[in-house]
Amino acid sequence: MTSIFNLEGKIAFITGSTRGMGWATAKLFTEYGVTVILNGIHSQELLDQRREELKKDFNLDADGFLFDVGNLDAAQNCYNSIFKKYKRLDILVNNAGILEDNLVGMISKENIQNTFSTNTTGIIYNLQLAARLMSRNNSGSIINISSLVGRVGNEGQVVYGGSKAAVIGITLSAARELAPKNIRVNAIAPGFINTDFIKPLPKEKYEERLKSIKMKRIGQPEDVAKATLFFASDLSAYITGQVLGVDGGMIL
Amino acid sequence: MNNLEKLKKAFNEALEIPLEIINDELSYGAENWDSVAHLALVASIETEFDIMLTSNDVIDMSSFKKAKEILEKYDIHF
Repeated sequence: MTSIFNLEGKIAFITGSTRGMGWATAKLFTEYGVTVILNGIHSQELLDQRREELKKDFNLDADGFLFDVGNLDAAQNCYNSIFKKYKRLDILVNNAGILEDNLVGMISKENIQNTFSTNTTGIIYNLQLAARLMSRNNSGSIINISSLVGRVGNEGQVVYGGSKAAVIGITLSAARELAPKNIRVNAIAPGFINTDFIKPLPKEKYEERLKSIKMKRIGQPEDVAKATLFFASDLSAYITGQVLGVDGGMIL
Repeated sequence: MNNLEKLKKAFNEALEIPLEIINDELSYGAENWDSVAHLALVASIETEFDIMLTSNDVIDMSSFKKAKEILEKYDIHF
C-alpha cells in the first residue's frame, strides 16, 4: 500500500541544513524515505559530518553542497549537479536564513544587504532553479521558511522582519504562478524555536519570549520539521499558497 | 533525429504549435509562446538535449534563432 505521505524515493534539497531546523528536517525527511541533499555555508567539516550521520543512521549517501544561497552562480552549479545526478527534484526547502538584530537608527547597509541576500534573494534564486527542475515532471513542493516576525513584526527586527515578510509575498505569488505546473509553494512561519538564533538572547529576554507563548514551551527544530514534512508530502497535495504558523500560540 | 529536428520537436510539444511554422523568425510573444509556455519550453529543450540552462540563458532565449545560438554554448551544434 502506498503511504499517505508518498515520500519514498523523492529527492529533496534543503538549504541551511547542517544545523537547527534544516538539519532536523533533513533527518525527518530521510526517516520517511526521502533522498536528501544538504547545504551549508560556513563549514565543509560540519557538512561532511552531517553526511556521515545520515550514512550511519539511515544508510543514505547524501550529497552536500557548500555555498551561499545568495550567490546565483554557486546555486546554478549546485542545481546543475543535482540535474546531472538525479535528473529531477521533488522538494525544495528554502530554510537558510540569517538573523542580526538592530534597532532603528543602528541599521547598517551591510546588515540590510547580507540579510536580504540570504533570507530573500536566495529564496528567489533557489525557487526559480528548483521550479525548472520540477516543471519537467509537472510536480513538486517548495517550502519557504518565513517567520512569525515577518507576519507581526518585532522591535529590533526591522531588517529581519522585512526580509521574512518578503518571503510570504514570494510564496503567494509563486504559488499562483506555479500551480498550473502542479508545483505547490507554501511557507512556514516559526515562532520562538530552540536554535542557534536564540543563543545570544539575554536571560530576561528569553523569559519574556517564553511567557508570550501560550503553549508554555519553546518550539523545537523538530516541530518545524514536522510542518515541513506535511507540506512536502501528499498530505498537503491540494494545498498551495499558505503560510503556516508553527509558534505554539505565541503573541509578539 | 538531428539537433535541428530535436529542437523543433521541443518547440512543437511545449508550445503546441505545428512544426511548419517553427523557423528562425519565431519569437517570444508570438503564437502560444507566453511566460507560462516559456517554462515548459525550457523544460522541453533541457529534457530533449539532457542539459540544464543557466538562468541568464533562459531569460535570453527570445526566439528560435536565439535558442540555437544559446545551445551552441552547450556544445549542441546546428
